[in-house]
Amino acid sequence: MILVLVDHDGVGPDELSLQAAAFGRRLAERAGDGLQALAVGSDARGAAATLGAHGIPVLHVAEGGELDGGYAPRAWGAVLARAVERLGPAIVLAPGSDRGQEVLAHAAAELDLPMAANCVDASPGDPFVVLRQRWGGTLLEEAELDGPVKLLSVAPHAVAAEPVDGSEAEVRRFEIGVDPEAFGVRVVERTEPERGRVSLAEAKVVVGGGRGVGGPEGFRVLEELAELLGGAVGCSRVVTSAGWRPHSDQVGQTGTRIAPDLYIACGISGATQHMVGCRGAKRLLVINKDPEAPIVSHADWVVVGDLHEVLPAVVAAVRRARG
Amino acid sequence: MRVLVCVKRVPTTGGRITLTPDAQEIDTRFSGWTVSPHEECAVEEAVRLIEAHGGSSTVLTLGPPAAEEQLRDALAVGVDGAVLLETDGSEWDPQETAAAIAEAVRGLEGTGGPFDVALFGNEAADTGGYQVGVRVAGALGRPCVTGAKGLEARDGTLVVRREAPGGGVEVLEVPMPAVVTVKEGINLPRYPSVPGRIRARKKEVARIAPQRRGPRLRKRRLLLPEGEGKRAEVLGHGPEAADRIVEVLRSVGVL
Ligand SMILES: Cc1cc2nc3c(=O)[nH]c(=O)nc-3n(C[C@H](O)[C@H](O)[C@H](O)COP(=O)(O)OP(=O)(O)OC[C@H]3O[C@@H](n4cnc5c(N)ncnc54)[C@H](O)[C@@H]3O)c2cc1C
Ligand SMILES: Nc1ncnc2c1ncn2[C@@H]1O[C@H](COP(=O)(O)O)[C@@H](O)[C@H]1O
Repeated sequence: MILVLVDHDGVGPDELSLQAAAFGRRLAERAGDGLQALAVGSDARGAAATLGAHGIPVLHVAEGGELDGGYAPRAWGAVLARAVERLGPAIVLAPGSDRGQEVLAHAAAELDLPMAANCVDASPGDPFVVLRQRWGGTLLEEAELDGPVKLLSVAPHAVAAEPVDGSEAEVRRFEIGVDPEAFGVRVVERTEPERGRVSLAEAKVVVGGGRGVGGPEGFRVLEELAELLGGAVGCSRVVTSAGWRPHSDQVGQTGTRIAPDLYIACGISGATQHMVGCRGAKRLLVINKDPEAPIVSHADWVVVGDLHEVLPAVVAAVRRARG
Repeated sequence: MRVLVCVKRVPTTGGRITLTPDAQEIDTRFSGWTVSPHEECAVEEAVRLIEAHGGSSTVLTLGPPAAEEQLRDALAVGVDGAVLLETDGSEWDPQETAAAIAEAVRGLEGTGGPFDVALFGNEAADTGGYQVGVRVAGALGRPCVTGAKGLEARDGTLVVRREAPGGGVEVLEVPMPAVVTVKEGINLPRYPSVPGRIRARKKEVARIAPQRRGPRLRKRRLLLPEGEGKRAEVLGHGPEAADRIVEVLRSVGVL
């Protein structure tokens, strides 16, 4: 059996859990195996319909008492570890979210099993071979994973979540007592995201600036353009390290992953760690004074020139076009 | 207060990655070496904790002798002591890395007292295992919070802020001693000063030969994902290209 760890918001499973389910279905077909899910908290029961529609016939829910009291990483890891022991899956899949990685790591630590993070593919068998991401996805690694149970997290967007025909998953209560100490680390407070601002991760247009912008004031014209287009400003790590922009604007391996319809990259060279952050962009327009910059080989369009001259002209032209 | 921070030496890859002919490594003939930005921030956080609360900080790495360079970088920005778990440079998997670090921590604590806070990166820059910090916490029986974007120590408790799923911020509290894994953005690391660099050069690096248990996640080969190498259309040079850009904005439907 293949067991998928499902995270949920109290209403339904999250997108990355459904991607893990799709990844699981692919493996299950290949290995001729069944697929089941595990979730924590009685409000996870609401996920049964969606999980069923995504090809998971059985949902185990660990619930009651402290387990209903919100996210607690080690306790959730302990639930997963017990599920591995009692349900006997051959493979466990976690979503490639912060929580998915964290819970799987706790379970792996408790079971003293190896774990492979951010897998994009797997070939069950002996040896069990995974294809996983390194360097945030710039590089792939083919690796052998040992252990009587294989623990994998599924790289975000490696597989698309796709509903299949399936009726609501059967919910089975997973009876478990968790050591109270495992609830010692728990979310005690939560603040909602700022409303009204276009978030970098979801913006349809991102205007990004790098070292070539030259300083914090240089970003004013990028902000102007982003605002005209209803988009957001992004930047490279050189910019955040210099303190020109907050880290929340950084695009890349250790920043935000963006997926706009258009990314306008100005004065950015195109280091691999930056490029993994904007792989989701449908189109790339580069403004750079160096026509040989590495980013040009990823671009759809290039304007060769000084961004300090090009951008004001673009802002003016956009204003004219708007009338 | 005693603070430990763990870093991993990785190549500085630029605009392109080239693999060695046997596809086992990144070709590093022309690259420098660094640590993950997450770990740079963990180092900065260690220095700030000691500045605020007194005590001492220690940086630790498991790696080849050359990883001394990354230890000295941390000493140069104000970390007090350094420990090298010296290997032959072959790749250790996260599980054996964590076991060796936990073992070393036990030894260091036996002589110097417990580390109130042990800081890690959320994930290593190269292998991205997402687990060493959690495993070390497990081995030492300590609480762990991953992905910290804010950290404050108050009366024996660590208050940790991090990104919540779906945006926003969540706050977790843990009693010390604790393990915290850090993400870039928690602070803005300082640059080393010249006197800092000179002081770092004179410091002693403690060396330990770690016990190896053998990897259970074993690299077979590296691959470069496909889909690179587009041919870009040149819209023009300088401000004269503005009208062509407007056409592009129209064609993709953002204007
Ligand atoms: C583990 C790791 C993780 C990293 N994570 C990230 C990350 O998340 N995000 C990230 O961005 N980086 C990241 N980096 C850093 C990355 O390697 C690069 O250092 C960084 O992206 C370079 O930023 P840049 O392109 O702005 O600067 P540079 O590489 O210096 O490029 C500047 C560009 O601007 C052009 N230019 C200069 N002046 C002008 C002008 N007036 N008009 C037009 N063009 C001009 C130049 O031709 C050049 O192409 C990471 C590095 C490591 C090791
Ligand atoms: N070889 C190493 N030496 C010291 N610390 C390490 C090493 N490998 C990983 N770490 C630490 O553990 C964190 C997470 O690593 P990983 O779980 O492999 O992604 C890193 O950011 C480092 O802080």
